[in-house]
Amino acid sequence: MKDTEGYVTADGRQIGGTLMEMKNITLRFGGVVAIKDISFDVHEGEIRAIIGPNGAGKSSMLNVISGFYTPSEGEVWYQGAKRPQMKPYEVARMGVARTFQNIALFEGMTVLDNVMTGRLTHMNASVLSQAIWWGRAREEEIENREKVERVIDFLEIQHIRKTPVGRLPYGLKKRVELARALAAEPSLLLLDEPMAGMNVEEKEDMSRFILDVNDEFGTTICLIEHDMGVVMDLSDRVVVMDYGKKIGDGTPDEVRNDQAVIDAYLGVAHD
Amino acid sequence: MLYRTAGQFKTSYKADQALFPVRQDAILLGIIMVFAWVIFPFTASEFAFQTMLIPVLIYALASMGLNILTGYAGQLSLGTAAFMGVGAYACYKLLTIMPWMNPVVAIFLSGFFSAGIGVVFGIPSLRIKGFYLAIATLAAQFFLVWLFEKWAWLYNYNASGAIQVPNTTTLGTYVTGPLASSMTQYYVVLGIVTVMTILCINLTRGNLGRMWKATRDMDIAAELIGINLMKSKLIAFAISSYIVGVAGALYVFMWKGAAEPNLFDIPLSFEILFIAIIGGLGSILGNFLGAILIVGLPVVLNLLPDALGIPISSALVEHLNIMIVGSLIVFFLIIEPHGLARLWALIREKLIIWPFPH
Ligand SMILES: Nc1ncnc2c1ncn2[C@@H]1O[C@H](COP(=O)(O)OP(=O)(O)O)[C@@H](O)[C@H]1O
Ligand SMILES: [Mg+2]
Repeated sequence: MKDTEGYVTADGRQIGGTLMEMKNITLRFGGVVAIKDISFDVHEGEIRAIIGPNGAGKSSMLNVISGFYTPSEGEVWYQGAKRPQMKPYEVARMGVARTFQNIALFEGMTVLDNVMTGRLTHMNASVLSQAIWWGRAREEEIENREKVERVIDFLEIQHIRKTPVGRLPYGLKKRVELARALAAEPSLLLLDEPMAGMNVEEKEDMSRFILDVNDEFGTTICLIEHDMGVVMDLSDRVVVMDYGKKIGDGTPDEVRNDQAVIDAYLGVAHD
Repeated sequence: MLYRTAGQFKTSYKADQALFPVRQDAILLGIIMVFAWVIFPFTASEFAFQTMLIPVLIYALASMGLNILTGYAGQLSLGTAAFMGVGAYACYKLLTIMPWMNPVVAIFLSGFFSAGIGVVFGIPSLRIKGFYLAIATLAAQFFLVWLFEKWAWLYNYNASGAIQVPNTTTLGTYVTGPLASSMTQYYVVLGIVTVMTILCINLTRGNLGRMWKATRDMDIAAELIGINLMKSKLIAFAISSYIVGVAGALYVFMWKGAAEPNLFDIPLSFEILFIAIIGGLGSILGNFLGAILIVGLPVVLNLLPDALGIPISSALVEHLNIMIVGSLIVFFLIIEPHGLARLWALIREKLIIWPFPH
């Protein structure tokens, strides 16, 4: 049902070709094997989930994708080419943006400034131009501010624009972090447990935002969850990990009925 | 009422990004400028120039340089005085090797020497952070002061080992040296400090400023959103050391008139750090507030007892000064890490809603 040319989802959305392919990724920390020979792909425009119990290696996988960890073995293919070893900032400059399992906002800055940092990879005025606040630097600041304001409107955080991030409650911080990632206009958006620690209402809001982002901007999203229920309605295809291994890969329905997956989840029964 | 913002709506992002979104701020700054450029210089005594006006500006500039590095980019430095020394010695060599050079040009050029050396000593910051980096900058502090002492070429082989500021002129007026008037020197310092302050405000409110603050607040996240940490830190070291170097050149050429190597010893580094902390890390305004306090306190302590008719020894004055500065440091580190600048921001916020508190 899928090939490199893309596929049509159950709800009739056209998904594009392969954007990224992880080939036989293994990641070791000393004696610990966090990821064991995992391969999967992400198609352009889809919502791809990685699920699995705590400690399965999901965050490690995301860190490999963003270049924070270098895999011990295996290759990352991005936009049709093998990605050489890269620093995280270089990966970000290729259009990969992300949020973190434990919120990683810049606490000393306002919401607006935090979201503006998402535009960093698109700004290149010289230091001199910035120092005299003239020419390129000024144009750039205004252009990018307009883009950032659209993201702020989209995520409904206008009212806290000028608030220092440190003062915000947890749920809003998660949203600001999403805003910062979205501001980068990424070709691949990585979300590490975007709904962790939220109440039901906040989870519903976040799910709606994720779907809207994918729908309105066609952004490819790869998200991690350890709560299986949340992801099933949201994602087009799901990779299931357990103890560093891939134990399932397919549509939510296929995965839900997979015996290996059911066993893995029963084994850790609602932690 | 004083700070009424009602009716001042922003209709574009450009307006919102303006330096003074609130009109009263601009008015207040205008008043301060009139004092700085007209009233002070025309009414100040020689004593006021030498004990307050000139040193406050120079210390504020040095603190601003440190603040770029520590308050904005989050890299602690204990070597500020040594980098001031690099600026001062560079200026001395420029003006003695090329006596025809305009002294103001020489002062601006000398900053490039400290910037270069600052970048070299900033390289460890790519591997180490916090306390360990502070120790590395301390090494720079000791090494450079040692160099000022041992490298006789730096002070033109003077028997005294000190540098004497030569008399130089700009447009027929003496600007440096014993023949220069305090008023002239004050204006030169004020001009340079004003320009540098404007550049710093721009740098810290734009993209580079956000890059620095991101590096400071969470370096791992900063790198993952696309910041080249090496670039961010080294640019901070370069710009910070440039400003500190210019401040060092001003310190000797516009104020002290002469300098021995030990002038740039660690106590001066700490004095500048205290100004930055008391004024407020991560604030431009704070450098001025901190400098007024640290420079002004001993002056007031010296004058006050006399004015009140209380006899008090100069040793006691010095002890009092150290005690007060010490307690202020403790107060600000514990109660208000953002310093005097934050206190002003709170007062300003209160004035904006006054007299309708909600
Ligand atoms: N930097 C690291 N050093 C050592 N072990 C690590 C490191 N990062 C993750 N691990 C280990 O890898 C395994 C997977 O962790 P993680 O990827 O965080 O799981 P998940 O996100 O699925 O909960 C865990 O056993 C964890 O202890
Ligand atoms: Mg995780």
